[in-house]
Parts: sequence; structure tokens; C-alpha cells
Amino acid sequence: MSNTIIIDGQEIAFDLPGKSGNKTVLQIARENGFYIPTLCYHQRTGPASMCRVCVVEVEGMRALQTSCSLVPANGMKVHTATPRVLDARKVVVNLLLANGNHECLSCEVNGDCELQDAAYHLGIETPTFLIKETQPRDNSAAFILYDPGKCIQCGRCVAGCNDQVVNEVLDFGYRGDKTKVICDNDLPMGLSSCVQCGECVQLCPVGALIDKKGMGIARRWETRKVRTTCPYCGVGCQLELHVKGEQIIRVTGVEGAKPNDGHLCVKGRYGYDFIYSKDRLTSPLIREGDGFREASWDEALTLIATKFKQIKDESGADALAGVSCSRSINEDSYYMQRLYREVLGTNNIDNCARV
Amino acid sequence: MTNSFGEFENAKLFFLTGTNMTEAHPVASYFVKQAVKKGAILIVADPRKHDLAKKADIFAQIKVGTDVAFLNGIMYVLIEEDLYDKAYVQANCTNFEEMKASILHYPPERAAEISGVAVETIRKIAHTLASVKPGMLCYTLGLTEHTCGVNNVMSVANLQMLLGNVGVENGGVNPLRGQNNVQGACDMGALPGTFVGYQSVANPESIAKFAQAWGMGPAGTSPYSLNPKIGITMPEMLAGLPDRKIRGFFIVGENLANSEPNIAHVEHQLSSAEFLVVCDIFPTETTRFAHVILPSAAWSESEGTYTNSERRVSRVRKIKQAPGLAMPGWWIAKEIARRMGREWESNSAQEIWDNEVSKLGPAYAGIKYARLENDGLQWPCTTLDPQGASYLGTKFLHKGGKFARGQGLFKGIEWTPPAEVEDKEYPFVLSTGRRLYHYHTRTQTGRSGLDQMLSEETADISQADASCLGIAAGEYIQVSSRRGSVRVKARITDQVPQGLVWMAFHFRESNANWLTNNVFDPLTKTAEYKACAVKIEKI
Repeated sequence: MSNTIIIDGQEIAFDLPGKSGNKTVLQIARENGFYIPTLCYHQRTGPASMCRVCVVEVEGMRALQTSCSLVPANGMKVHTATPRVLDARKVVVNLLLANGNHECLSCEVNGDCELQDAAYHLGIETPTFLIKETQPRDNSAAFILYDPGKCIQCGRCVAGCNDQVVNEVLDFGYRGDKTKVICDNDLPMGLSSCVQCGECVQLCPVGALIDKKGMGIARRWETRKVRTTCPYCGVGCQLELHVKGEQIIRVTGVEGAKPNDGHLCVKGRYGYDFIYSKDRLTSPLIREGDGFREASWDEALTLIATKFKQIKDESGADALAGVSCSRSINEDSYYMQRLYREVLGTNNIDNCARV
Repeated sequence: MTNSFGEFENAKLFFLTGTNMTEAHPVASYFVKQAVKKGAILIVADPRKHDLAKKADIFAQIKVGTDVAFLNGIMYVLIEEDLYDKAYVQANCTNFEEMKASILHYPPERAAEISGVAVETIRKIAHTLASVKPGMLCYTLGLTEHTCGVNNVMSVANLQMLLGNVGVENGGVNPLRGQNNVQGACDMGALPGTFVGYQSVANPESIAKFAQAWGMGPAGTSPYSLNPKIGITMPEMLAGLPDRKIRGFFIVGENLANSEPNIAHVEHQLSSAEFLVVCDIFPTETTRFAHVILPSAAWSESEGTYTNSERRVSRVRKIKQAPGLAMPGWWIAKEIARRMGREWESNSAQEIWDNEVSKLGPAYAGIKYARLENDGLQWPCTTLDPQGASYLGTKFLHKGGKFARGQGLFKGIEWTPPAEVEDKEYPFVLSTGRRLYHYHTRTQTGRSGLDQMLSEETADISQADASCLGIAAGEYIQVSSRRGSVRVKARITDQVPQGLVWMAFHFRESNANWLTNNVFDPLTKTAEYKACAVKIEKI
């Protein structure tokens, strides 16, 4: 028997918790196209009920409810945009804006900020309250910049660090209005046990945790996203490259993708710029004396073909051998083994599986 | 891997042996840690007390190179106490009695003496494995990089079959592959004994099939014919260079001069090559020995596919032009073939996959580029028929205990020590591996800013040994083996037990491979990177 919930007058069928569902009102609403802002909730870290920006009104319930943690019941009537709801959200967002240094002009995540989106949808043009003094940025780490002035203390980074990648570095420190996200016992990130996996950056809804490599080189709307596979270990994480022209600006894990569900490690997230290195080989080279001279493809390949043929004629095909690359694509290895077997006539073909 | 990373989330038990996922496969370690937080049991066997070992319910700190004895000891308890899955073994496996005869040589007391793991721990592991099922067994190079690597792998296969843990979800024998596409390179036939899809090069039917597919005509009708003789492995190729048994050698994308054991010896082999071609994206220590160097397109500079540890074929996409004249590897092979009289039709990675790989490798018959958007497909995927059983790929292998060869074959395995063990002159064991912040010989990570996280190699030693030798943390020391010597910074850590030195091969000057032993597993020719004897001296 299917159950229904009524969101803003629209009847929606859902599965009771414990069956296939276990969905919250927020998830059901989003799947059906209703906009409810969230700042602390993320699909991977789950409901935290901290920011209270996702509140909705439920008939028969006195207080506003946080939709991220609200379990649906048959016949429940939910209103996502009543004046009472919108007023409450406005107060929340205004307080968050007042509680930090949220100037969008120079912010890296301008255009890709969940706080900015919430303010936009709530029609907040100018923050109502006064801005507090700024806190110094933590620029001590290799790849991540932490700007506590932009932190809204939603707790996603803390949940990600402790429950998702389970590196257990980040936590909330201090109390009351001194509360802030800290590394270990409030060490600068670069001196802490943080391994720079960047999970926190990916989960951060605002510009408090930023990939340093991409700073100042592209606005969010200037990049295109290209899905690809990580070039490091055999897990095969799915990456989203954020690319401007031919330049990777930053890398994120693809949320919901197999096998990594958004997670990455320090190499996958930050180890990409080797492709732009000035050290790259750019021309075939042929040995000349103690050094090498540049050659055309035709000259180099003809030399190889001639020499291989000569060796094969003189000593037999098994005097030739090759090692294919287990870093490059399948198709390279397939053609390499085909070259050895079909053209050279030997099975002396291997790869670096033994390292 | 017989099973998938996606199963980690709901696993009940992990048995991790010879795998330091936290550093070598970080994202896999996240899923293990998440499962452990939800209540999964974690058993770790490793010479080092690495981060996951610290989170383990049971940690067996085994001596380097004693895996077979240790695993046989566990299996002894399972058999002695009648705790193994008899129904599974009877229905799905063969050769149990022969294996049992070997295992009976390893009562826990003897296994404990060899491995250094307490008898009670061995029994406790056996009892836990028998009571929490299924369990996922994962391993990495800690098992394979030994002269007894094949035996180590056979032993974990014995164990998982004995427990009935193969062919079930959240179970299996799961080697985490080191390199992004080492699974794929093997799948594609870049191995001395198999065509694409593990079809034997010595099988007349396979030979006929590939000869026809590649337009070579029946044997004897053209100057080109397929050679039925199984080829040689990479260490054998290197060994053939000095005496010119191998006269022409083509290396693609490998920095053998840093990554092979016993660098001095490898460099002698490479320097004696008659004609060496190296194709790479950077000049490396290996290109120094080349006669011709070819510039290759890198990751993100060509379209293609990688296959990960769990057999998942995923797309890799091009976002930029390769620099200068650099070209994709497949183009280079095709152009050499053309200059030797063979024209190949496929002219892009997609054409190669769709028109050749997918047609010739039965496990990939259902995999086409058009189907590889999003999450890719795990082979075997043998059909393009949406009603077919493997149309959506295969999450785990040997379902219901049905093995590719019919029945799961138990093997009786005897323990053998490493080729070189510690002695008076070289009293320490050196074991090697990878660190989180770098990848292999640093050709990529060394040019991506990761030196900021780790800028030089260290020799990891215990506090006890450091105190004994009067070595302070961060002090430069000399580590020497019978093959070489390096000056390297000492790192004192509780991960390493007394008597062990642990190093990686990311940096040239203090590379562990100046020291490692160039001895190999007799079958796979995998080198014994994990064990040799060294001495430590203050400088």
C-alpha cells in the first residue's frame, strides 16, 4: 500500500521508512522539484539539523520542522514556502551573513555557493545585521586554504573528515560565539595531522575551505566539467575536472559515482599538473654521441621499424621484447601486444604488473 | 578482485593482509573505515602497525615473509576444530585432502614460531573468521612481492574457499591493483602468455581466431604468423640484454632504472642494450639509456579507457592537446606496424575498443563506448542483449561457488623463507612499499606540488633500534645491503617493529631499490621487494 504526503498541495507517493525508502521530507521534496535550501545537510554526511535553513511548516505541528531530518508520515501536509517559513529562513541566513566575512566579489566560490543561493532565493539584497570583525585565514597547508571568516559552522567538513574519510582531524573547538572548526588541538592545518585529501573542501557549502591551486584563475561559471578516471592507483576513482580552456582549475570527486562516491585522496585531487610540466617530452629524440637530437616522427619510427626488422631477420623474432604501460589506456596496450604478436612475431610482451 | 569496492560498505568482516590501503589505496581505506564504524570486524595481518592496523579488532604483526606459515596455521585450526564450511568445500572444491596434508604440518604452535604471531591470536583469528561470514579478504603487494608470492596468493585463496567466502557478496579474494590500469594492461594481452581476454597464445584455436581477426591468413600463407611459444617476462627481458639474447627492447611508460630491484644491476642491463626504445611523457632515469625516445600523450590528452581493480572499465577523457609532437601510444604502435608492412584499420581508441577488443575478448563483448558513460561496466559483460545475465556487468565472480575452471582447486602449500634473511653482517630486514604523497618514481607527483607534503625519502625504524644505535629522529644514516648503499634520513615510528627497516622508492638518491634483492617468484617473476637483509650505520 502506498503512502502519500502532500507538499504545497501536491500529493506525492512514498515508501514508509524501513522499506525501500528511508527518505526524509527534504529528499522527497527535492526529488519532486521543490526548492528547499540546505546548508548543513549533504547527501553523504546526512542530516545534522544545525543550520535550520531547511525548515518547513507541517500542519498539526506547532514548531517549524527541519525537513532534512523530518520523517514523512501518511497524509502529512507540508508547506515549503509560507511567510512564516520564509521569515525564519531569512533570519537564519541573515545571521549567518552577519557572522562572518561574506563578501562575494572576491570569493572563489561566487556563483557556486549554497549560502549565496539561499540569500538569492530569499531575496536578501543587503544583509540586515552588521558584519563582525574578520578572522585571519589559515594559509599554512599545501593545498587547502581555510578562511574561518567565511565559515558558517554547518559541520559538513567535520562530518566528512570524521565519518566519511575517517581521518579524524577536524572538529569544532571552543564554545559559544568563539566556536570554530579546528585541526587536531587547534593547530594550523599545515602543521596538523591533515593529509590534504580535500574531502572538506568538496563538502563545504561556502568559500571557507578552498582549493589553493585554483585560486584567482577562473570564476566558477567559466569552467566546464569533464568526467574522467583518476591516473593514480587501481581504485579508479571518478573525477570531475573543472576546466577552463585547456587548464584544469580544480578536481572534484563525482558524487554518487562508482566506485568512489565523491571521495578522493590527495593525489587524485591535487596531483594533476604534471601534464602541464615544462619537462614534458615534445619531440622524438635519436641518440647522437652522448646526447640526443630531435627528429621527426617519420625518421624515428622508420629507424625503429628498420632496426626491428633487421634484428628479426638476423636473430629471430624472439630477440625482440617489449613492455607495455600499465598507466596508459587499454587501447594502447591492446595495440602494443598486437604489434608484438602480429607484426614482430613474438609473445615477448609484458607490462609493469610486477612492480 | 573477485568482488567490488561497493561491497565494502556492507561488509561484515575484513581480513586485510599485506595491504596498507591508507597510503596506497586511500579511497578504499575510507570505505573500510566507514564499515568498521558501523560495526564490521577488522582483522589486519602485516609486518607494520599501519593506520588500519591501529583500528583493527585483531592485529597480527607477522614477520616479513612468513604469510604461508601464518595462513596455514589459521587453516589448521579451522580443520582441527571442524570450523570450515564443509558443505561448500564438498560441493564446490577439489583436492581438499592434499591441502589438508600440507596444512597439518602447521599446528598453531609452529605457525606462531615462524610468523611471530601468538598462538592465541592465530586461534582467535580462525574462530572469528569461522563465526562472522562472509568475510572480505583483501591483499596488495605485501603478499605478491615475495619469492613465494604465488604461494601466498594460493594460500589466501585456500582460506577463503575453506570458509565458503568465494562467490558471495561481501566476500571474495580481493587484490587491490597498484596502478590505475594494470588490470587493463593484463586484460588487453600485454602479458607473455595471453591474448586479449586471457586467451592462451599457445592454444591453436586462439591462434586461428586471432590470425583471422588480424587478417594474417592461415599459417604459412604470409610472412606474418602468430608464434605459439609463450613469451618472456620483463625481468627476463632485462636479463637477456647483456648477452644480446634480447637485441631490440621497447619500454613504454616505465622507469625501470628506478623501479626494478637492485638499481646498479638494472642499469648495467639497460646500458648494455643493443637497441633500446623508450616511450614516455618525461625524460626519466631510464630514457638515459635509450637509442630512441618517443614522446607520448599523457592522461587527459587522449580519449580511452582504464580498467580498475574491480574489473570496471571506465572512460578517460581528453581535455587538452598533447604538447609538441607527442602522440597517443596506440598511434605509435600503429605507425610502427605500418612501416613494417601491416595496415591496421582502427584509428581511434573507440574504434580499437568497439571493433577489436570487444569483439575478440568474450568478457568484453557487451562493453562498447556508447555504454561507458557514467559508471562504466565491470567485466565479464558478455552480451549486448539487455535480457542477458551479464548485460549490466558482473559485481562479483564465481557466483554460488561456480569457478571458471569448474571446481575451486585447493593447493597444498609449504612455507619457504625469503631468499635473503638477516644475519650477523646484515642484521635488519628491509621491506619496501609506497607512501601516500607520491606515486612510484615521482615522475607525476614530483611535478604536481606533492613534494610540499613529502620532500625526501626516509628509512623508517623502531624507537628500540634507534635507541640501541643512538640514532636521533631526522638524523642521516647509511643503510646498506649486499647490493648497494644509501644515505637517508631516519624516521622513528611506532609502525615499524624492532629489526625492520621500511623504505619506499619515490626518490632517486635514497631509493630503496639500490638495496632490494633481484630475486623473483619462479612462476610470475615478481621480485622480492618486500624482503632483504640490510645493515644500518651512523654517519
